[in-house]
Formats: sequence, C-alpha cells, structure tokens
Amino acid sequence: MITTSHYLILSTIILTIGIVGVLTRRNVLIVLMSIELIFNAVNINLVAFSKQLQNTIGQVFVVFVITVAAAEAAVGLGIVIALFRNKEKINLDEIDLLKW
Amino acid sequence: MIEPIMFYVTAGLIVLFSILVITARNAVHCAIYLIAALLSIAALYIYMHAEFIAAIQILTYVGGIMVLFLMVIMLINFNEESRMRKATGQWKAAILVSLTLAGLMLYFFFKGGPVITASVPAAGPVPVSGNTEIVGWGLYVPYVLPFEIASLLLLVAIIGSVLLAKGKADTWD
Repeated sequence: MITTSHYLILSTIILTIGIVGVLTRRNVLIVLMSIELIFNAVNINLVAFSKQLQNTIGQVFVVFVITVAAAEAAVGLGIVIALFRNKEKINLDEIDLLKW
Repeated sequence: MIEPIMFYVTAGLIVLFSILVITARNAVHCAIYLIAALLSIAALYIYMHAEFIAAIQILTYVGGIMVLFLMVIMLINFNEESRMRKATGQWKAAILVSLTLAGLMLYFFFKGGPVITASVPAAGPVPVSGNTEIVGWGLYVPYVLPFEIASLLLLVAIIGSVLLAKGKADTWD
C-alpha cells in the first residue's frame, strides 16, 4: 500500500538532487533546470497532502506554484540572455563581478 | 496489487531522469531529460488522482517552460572550454547541505507520526468530471484574490523579461 510517506520520501529525493545540481553545476541554464526540479518536489508534496486530507485546496496551490515557476523561468532566462550579451559567458565561476 | 508496482516504476523513472538532468554534459540533453522527468511526474499526478494538475503540468512545464529553455540554449552558443568541465567543484558544500537538509526533512516526516505515515484513504470510484471542477471552484471562489495577484505577477514577469532580453534600443531598428 502506498502511503503519504512514500510520496514525501520521493519528494525529498528529488529536492536533494535539485540542490546538488544547483550547487555543483557550472552552466547557469542547468542550475535553472535544477530549480525546476525543486519546484516539482514541492508540488509532489502538496498533491500528496491534498490526497491524504481529501482537500483539493492543495492542488489549487500547485497551480500557483506552477505560475510562479513560469514567471521565474521567464525572468531567469531573460537575465541569462542579458548576461550572455554583455559578458559572453554563462558559467557560474566566471561571473564574479560582485565577488570581492 | 498492480498499483504499488506502478508507483515504484513511476518513482524510479522520476529519480533516474532527475539524476540524468544534473549529470548530463550537454545542456540540450539535460533539457530533454528534464522533459522526461516532468512527464513522469505528470504520470505520478494521474496516479494520485490529480488529473487537472497533470494536464497543466504537461501544458505549462513541457509545452511552455521547457520550450523556452530549449530556445535559450539554441540562442546561446557554448564554447568548447565550458563543455570540458561541467562542475564547479564545490562537492563538499553540496554534499553537506543536501544531506543535512534531507536528513532534517526525513526526521521531521517520521516524527510527524501516524498522521503522515497513515495510509491514504481509498478514494473510491473517481467521478468523471470531479477533479477539474473542484480545483476550478477552489481557484475562483476562495482563492480569487491570489489568482488575480498571480496574473499580475505574470504580467510583471512578461514586461521584465522583455526589458531584460531586449538590449539597447538603437540596435533594434
């Protein structure tokens, strides 16, 4: 029998993979993709609790999370394009303008 | 008896494609693996009787956001040097942070006790038009103000990304 804790463990695994991707990859685009993985881990949690509590408001919040993810992807990719136009590089360890 | 097998197959696919997303060398391959992972998550939503969420997962994530990602990958040409080394080398920090966070989350999940580890009550026969109708009601009746704020957020995101990606005005004549 699949319980809510199965979904929670799956979501924890995806969140951990996403955090490792954010912290280790060099390419900005792949870091943004890892952030999408983290969003999806949150969504799985929300749907799992909505299923357990028999309350669909959790799924309404998933709609809002997906909206915010779409806005974040649009703005993030706009920043990536502006960065590439100005600096000609998109690797995280080469973008050190604010580092001292 | 088939249901747990379906869950484990779907969960295994999600974890496999997620690991491939952060390990593949080419950014296009990463995007393709992320599309596969998102489709597997949509299958998991269908398994959890959240059909509407599965539909908008496919429509907005796979059809919208990932197409945006692939288009930006197409616009930006990576040089050979950046493909040689794919990681920043912060392995210690990454392992420390991720394992600490995962351990904390699992600890509190299981400390949550019988509420969380209780089995999901059987949903019974699922109504044909139930899920979308209920989610739509929740979206338009109790949460109509956050809905409007979300539309405002999308407007701001559209204007902001156009301004960010437009560049100088005199180069566009």
